[in-house]
Amino acid sequence: MGMEGIGARVARKEDKRFITGSGRYTDDMVVPGMKHAVFVRSPHAHADIKKIDVKAAQAMPGVVAVLTGKELKADGIGNLICGWMIHSKDGTPMKMGAWSPLAVDRVRYVGDAVVIVIADTKGQARDAAEAVNVTYKERKAVTTAVDALKAGAPQLHPEADNNLIYDWEIGDAAATDAALKKAAHITKMHIVNNRLVPNAMEPRAALAQYDKAEDHFTCWTTSQNPHVARLVMSAFYNVAPENKLRVIAPDVGGGFGSKIFIYPEEVVCCWASKKAGVPVKWVADRTESFLTDAHGRDHVTEVQMAFDKDNHVIGLKVDTIANFGAYMSLFSSSVPTYLYATLLSGQYNFPAIHANVRAVYTNTSPVDAYRGAGRPEATYVLERTMETAARELGVSPAELRRKNFITQFPHQTPVIMNYDAGNYAASLDAALEAINYKGFEKRKAESAKRGKLRGIGMSNYIEACGIAPSAAVGSLGAGVGLWESAEVRVNAVGTIEVLTGSHSHGQGHETTFAQLVSERFGVPLDSVSIVHGDTDKVQMGMGTYGSRSGAVGMSAIVKALDKVEAKAKKIAAHLLEADESDIVVENGALKVAGTDKNVPWFQMALAAYTAHNLPGGMEPGLKETAFYDPTNFTFPAGCYICEVEVDPDTGKTDILAFVAADDFGNIINPMIVEGQVHGGIAQGVGQALLEGANYDPSSGQLLTASYMDYCMPRADDLPSFEVSHQNTPCPGNPLGIKGCGEAGAIGSTPAVINAITDAIGTNNLEMPATPQRVWRALQAKN
Amino acid sequence: MSEISMTVNGRKVQGTVEDRTLLVHFLRENLGLTGTHVGCDTSQCGACLVHVDGKAMKSCTLLAVQVSGSEIMTIEGLANGADLHPVQAAFREHHGLQCGFCTPGMIMSAIDMINRHPEGLDEATVRAELEGNICRCTGYHNIVKAVLAASKEMAKSTKGKGRAKAA
Repeated sequence: MGMEGIGARVARKEDKRFITGSGRYTDDMVVPGMKHAVFVRSPHAHADIKKIDVKAAQAMPGVVAVLTGKELKADGIGNLICGWMIHSKDGTPMKMGAWSPLAVDRVRYVGDAVVIVIADTKGQARDAAEAVNVTYKERKAVTTAVDALKAGAPQLHPEADNNLIYDWEIGDAAATDAALKKAAHITKMHIVNNRLVPNAMEPRAALAQYDKAEDHFTCWTTSQNPHVARLVMSAFYNVAPENKLRVIAPDVGGGFGSKIFIYPEEVVCCWASKKAGVPVKWVADRTESFLTDAHGRDHVTEVQMAFDKDNHVIGLKVDTIANFGAYMSLFSSSVPTYLYATLLSGQYNFPAIHANVRAVYTNTSPVDAYRGAGRPEATYVLERTMETAARELGVSPAELRRKNFITQFPHQTPVIMNYDAGNYAASLDAALEAINYKGFEKRKAESAKRGKLRGIGMSNYIEACGIAPSAAVGSLGAGVGLWESAEVRVNAVGTIEVLTGSHSHGQGHETTFAQLVSERFGVPLDSVSIVHGDTDKVQMGMGTYGSRSGAVGMSAIVKALDKVEAKAKKIAAHLLEADESDIVVENGALKVAGTDKNVPWFQMALAAYTAHNLPGGMEPGLKETAFYDPTNFTFPAGCYICEVEVDPDTGKTDILAFVAADDFGNIINPMIVEGQVHGGIAQGVGQALLEGANYDPSSGQLLTASYMDYCMPRADDLPSFEVSHQNTPCPGNPLGIKGCGEAGAIGSTPAVINAITDAIGTNNLEMPATPQRVWRALQAKN
Repeated sequence: MSEISMTVNGRKVQGTVEDRTLLVHFLRENLGLTGTHVGCDTSQCGACLVHVDGKAMKSCTLLAVQVSGSEIMTIEGLANGADLHPVQAAFREHHGLQCGFCTPGMIMSAIDMINRHPEGLDEATVRAELEGNICRCTGYHNIVKAVLAASKEMAKSTKGKGRAKAA
């Protein structure tokens, strides 16, 4: 490893612009003649649109256009779709209701977009939006998935009887039932995974510019995957053919999944920029983000874990109801199925698993992938149940887990996944050591002296990342391939540009990807630039989510670097009159191994472009592209332990210590990896203690639609974290990377709740575990 | 509409704004200083934090006309050419940022905090005083480290030279 290569804690290249206020986010973009858009949104959770009167709004100062769904439909803009087909167990395809980017005759959640108002200033657009008069006839609303399945519940979409989108299963029902029948002990739990709002700090935004002469659109937008946005807007929403639509995702202020999806607003802004003949910018305010960003989680699960007399798990039965909100968001269908139920084996050797999942429409914001996406829900089910089982069986939670660990690899689970490598005991041991598990009882006694209840809880998570082998996900219903692409351009002066289909919205790709190149060719980090986020620059890409940028995105770069190196060696061998097989790349030069003969990197590059003296038949230039399609998922895993102290008088929980012991495979930049873990843990702790999206059940109003009402984790809600790695390289990709982006959010939530329930001596506790909930749980017990 | 004038990052500026124009919008739209961000609409997130006459204030909660005549410092005014302010440098050194969106407000808040605590800072104080700034990426761990490190660094560099000029 060099000072700037793989494994080095290099400070980030991109920080220079962010710490000086020079970042360029979508809202920072200005184009000549730009106007501002405000959306008129449904104030009702469920209503028929009887009439839309825009006359008064059109007459307001500065107004350029007021456009409705009828006009949008007339121009052929398509309905928004879900891109992953799931079939119910009876063989029928999922029931997808129509989602028009602007509602035409019915609204189905508070925040449903109805009209776009475009004016000279945002203030004018806001004023005019107030003057749009929409006449609604209210319908009854339903906000929870359990209620929506009940007989007589309000019906959202004619396509989906009883609001049921699909009723899907995985695993072996008969074998699992047989295991339950012969079990020595069964732990049963009712588990609610609370609904969350992702809350990237940068609100979603779009700026669309239509060039009439070229019949061409440019759309700057807050996207984690601009190429997917272009593909979907072209192929399904009829915005424009791909060659007439450029999507740019500039600096993006956090995503956490919520910026994967293609939302109504960017589609409508593109269409409106042509219709109104002006560039149109829309920026969400925070309440709009709360109402319309895809939410996460919202599962209700019944679980049964069956043990034999030796405390080995012999069967796991899971029944989950997933709330999808009012419409099927782009990848919603995959979250509670292939991203959730396929992880229900956890780190454990379970011989039989059966999971049933019902996906349900309700009059709430659409729900889709949020950091972890399905895997946090699976981990929460397993790790809450495992901890509870240990208490019921009267055994150590750590040793019960250890007894059931998978120790041989590869390991085929009963639910599709084939784990390739891992060492779960290593992470468990590291975490136990880091938190001084042995000393807990002493600390607990000390807390008790002060009248406090101390608890400790753990969570051993696994996730499937490196998403994903295209043929495999294709066979499971995915509408896209999940490879990645890269292009490496060596310039004539030897500097290098890497164009990647991955997209950085905080992950530090500009640094880690450059470290990879620096390591490979021995060139300084500053001579390598990473280009991403622009469909006109980067050939193609699938974007960043599912902790895939390292395992998949960087693997594509490796493949392109291989090709560059092969050609560079040919050129160097020719210049040095040596055999190609004797050339090595070291410290920024191509050398004849074992001699002092060499040609500096930049001189080789110059030779490639002057083309005065190249090997016979060789094309000039030095630029290579590659696509990389993974052969398997990757399986990051780890052990998190949380220690808390609860004040029995107030129910307030303080996190005293939190340790994370992770196996991410090989690591490029430990500083950045640790940062990813810290942030993930904070989100998982947020879910456990603070966050929850609440709807008023009768009106369907989102009660938590601002930072005054939805409790975001603040600095003083969290401790510092102790993070360590016990890495087993991933055998499935050239760099041995597993991925680290989501682990913190996946592993931390159950650890916190397990710790609190340990402290207060009860197994059941709903999230978020607010002081009131904890206090009530204590009262109920006493 | 109102005529306003103020000093922003040491430069005198003026403008004509609607009375309802917020300081953050005047900075971003009239002056093109887009480093100051808007992350919420309830004065909770702190992405818009700037210094007004040497004090940390949320520019989404001030009308531009309210601060006419004031001295404003934004994130763009901190560095002296290529020389970063110690807090900027510490955020980079300690990986106190990921997506960068909350960062300008965090840095402005941290400078104000350090200036108000010449006696030095500890972790609990930093965490308590960051309550007006929300970050979704870092879990605050490295932000806290960066602020503590910057506080020490600034104490060193101001020894014997009096207080650092309020940024």
